[in-house]
Amino acid sequence: MQQSTLNFIFIAITFALYIVIAVRSRAASTKEYYTAGGGVSPFANGMATAADWMSAATFISMAGTVAISGYDAARFLMGWTGGFVLLSVLMVPYLRKFNQATVPDFIAERYYSKWARAVAVICALFICMTYIMGQMRGVGVVFSQLFGIGIPAGVLIGASIVFFYAGLGGMKGITYTQVAQYCVMAFAYTVPAVFIALALTGNVFPQLGLIGTIEGPEGPIPFLEKLNAINRELGFAEYTAGRLSTLNLFCITAALMCGTAGLPHVIVRFFTVKDVRAVRTSAAWTLAFIAVIYLTAPAIGAFSRVNLIEQLHGVSFEEVPSWYGQFEATGQMAWVDKNNDGHIQYFGPKKSENGTHRVFFGKSPKFAENSQVDEPVVGAYGQRLLANPVDTSNPNELFFGTDIMVMANPHMAGLPMWVIALLMAGCIAAALSTAAGLLLVLSTSISHDLMKKLLKPNLSDRQEVTCARTASFMALLVAAYFGINPPSAFIAKTVAFAFGLAASSFFPSLLMGIFTQRINRAGGISGMIVGMSFTLAYIIYFQFMGGSAENYLWGISPEGIGCIGMLLNFAVAFIVSFWTKPTPQKVKEMVASIHVPDNSGPAQSH
Amino acid sequence: MNASKSTPLAYRKAVTRTTLFALFIWFFMSFFCSILARDYLDAHFPTIGHAPFGFWMAQQGSILSFVCILCAYAFRMNRLDRLYGYTDQ
Repeated sequence: MQQSTLNFIFIAITFALYIVIAVRSRAASTKEYYTAGGGVSPFANGMATAADWMSAATFISMAGTVAISGYDAARFLMGWTGGFVLLSVLMVPYLRKFNQATVPDFIAERYYSKWARAVAVICALFICMTYIMGQMRGVGVVFSQLFGIGIPAGVLIGASIVFFYAGLGGMKGITYTQVAQYCVMAFAYTVPAVFIALALTGNVFPQLGLIGTIEGPEGPIPFLEKLNAINRELGFAEYTAGRLSTLNLFCITAALMCGTAGLPHVIVRFFTVKDVRAVRTSAAWTLAFIAVIYLTAPAIGAFSRVNLIEQLHGVSFEEVPSWYGQFEATGQMAWVDKNNDGHIQYFGPKKSENGTHRVFFGKSPKFAENSQVDEPVVGAYGQRLLANPVDTSNPNELFFGTDIMVMANPHMAGLPMWVIALLMAGCIAAALSTAAGLLLVLSTSISHDLMKKLLKPNLSDRQEVTCARTASFMALLVAAYFGINPPSAFIAKTVAFAFGLAASSFFPSLLMGIFTQRINRAGGISGMIVGMSFTLAYIIYFQFMGGSAENYLWGISPEGIGCIGMLLNFAVAFIVSFWTKPTPQKVKEMVASIHVPDNSGPAQSH
Repeated sequence: MNASKSTPLAYRKAVTRTTLFALFIWFFMSFFCSILARDYLDAHFPTIGHAPFGFWMAQQGSILSFVCILCAYAFRMNRLDRLYGYTDQ
């Protein structure tokens, strides 16, 4: 059987499964549409939230990022898991007790103002929109690689599947499909890792392989030591050494953690369970399921770096492994024969005088096309030639994207075809589950917060659900459009936006809203606006207006600035609240009531 | 459930203690061990398997400890709720 047939079978089976689940759990009321009626078990909700959290980008690129940045990748590993500690200790049990459908609901009531809701809705829409564009792109890329149908068609297929079960089932449909998707993802991620760990280190558990030994010419040597030696030899920084400054690493990790705890689409997941106690259990399950993947990623990253270098560095291009061609065809890998010796050389920044290891100028390889024969232009050894100008100041000849560490891993290790098919299915599950969750929050923000609470207060329950479905359809169209025509440089940079925004606006405002009665309307809103505008301005200046790294505030990169924005939000909120009228008694009582866990009752009773 | 334990104030105090303790461990495991004191731990602490201590904490240990924190937190808080009589029905 051919690889493509097998891929198709795996994906068709998983799709059929998702659709059956979605049809069986259709939503009838707004409560079911927004929060699944509040009756999901903590275990199932934990799985669904984990699937929602693991985006296509995490699934495909995380291990590659670890492979390239070594120790420094800890900022993502810890940032995107540690945030759940903040989330479940400080946020969700209290917000669940408050018992409303959305995060802007809480902000609006706590800061007793329509303006607060408006600011919160705009933040929520922006965060979800930036996220979902990347997901649609991910679906499109995988589909086009699988079936050779072109990215636009791939995006449209993905979008219609997501719309089918997100629009139909609402949160209820999404939650139960995500449970299935988590299982697919977890298998797809860990099975190849186990095989590779066995082949490379003789250990069944990748996590033990990482800290174990590997056969060397003179007996076993520690695996990480070998990786450090390879990095040193090729002119990279040691794998276990960091390059980011401690302050910068600290700030980025903090911004990612607080951002995680403030992401509206993660928070609402915990509104789907029965009561406050179920929220706590569910949060623990969620993190446990996420940890399965996050503990495997560092191992995959390290193993594939060794495999990749051993299979490609110093190898004659004519004897290059066959999988190289597949990734060259999609622009994920490229080789420029700078010294004309026909062998691939992969070198780090320490091998050149000016400290660079750029292969060519420009972000991604653009292959030269010969329009007359409609065939790629190839060099003397059969490699595709690049249209990009070559950077000749350093000896590095090999380019590869971070995505290939996961995608090429099974090929590199020579794993059976069904493992690759499983990986493809997992990748699509990751993109679909995240896109569906985001779509729901987007449509809720529009139908519930914008339409019902701000513009048309007399909307009936039924109209609201219809409105939510229409909104999710429109949002998906916009997302699909950007998936087909990506503002490509934009998407990569907007991750900093989403987390920076969440860390500087939602996280501090929710935290102060829950734990102090002193912060009033003026303080809450001005804090949110100051924190958010500072963070946005900093990111826009350094990411889009060409601000250079030397001008960073205390050396903090844009990914970490949300941390400072958050502190500003706290400071401004406290100062302003101190000088203005205190919070009304009704709001104070509301704040006091969310700290009392009794009478939280099932969500349907409202 | 004796009488002295059923006041909301005592409950709030116990919850605050649990929360602060969870946050302390969280900060210690992630920011302190994995980032701030990382170089010292690499040099002076025993390796985990063959990985330097600080490096292992940053890529594996911190994540494991987060999971433990949340399990302990859920267990302890749900027990507090029962102890102070905050249960449905």
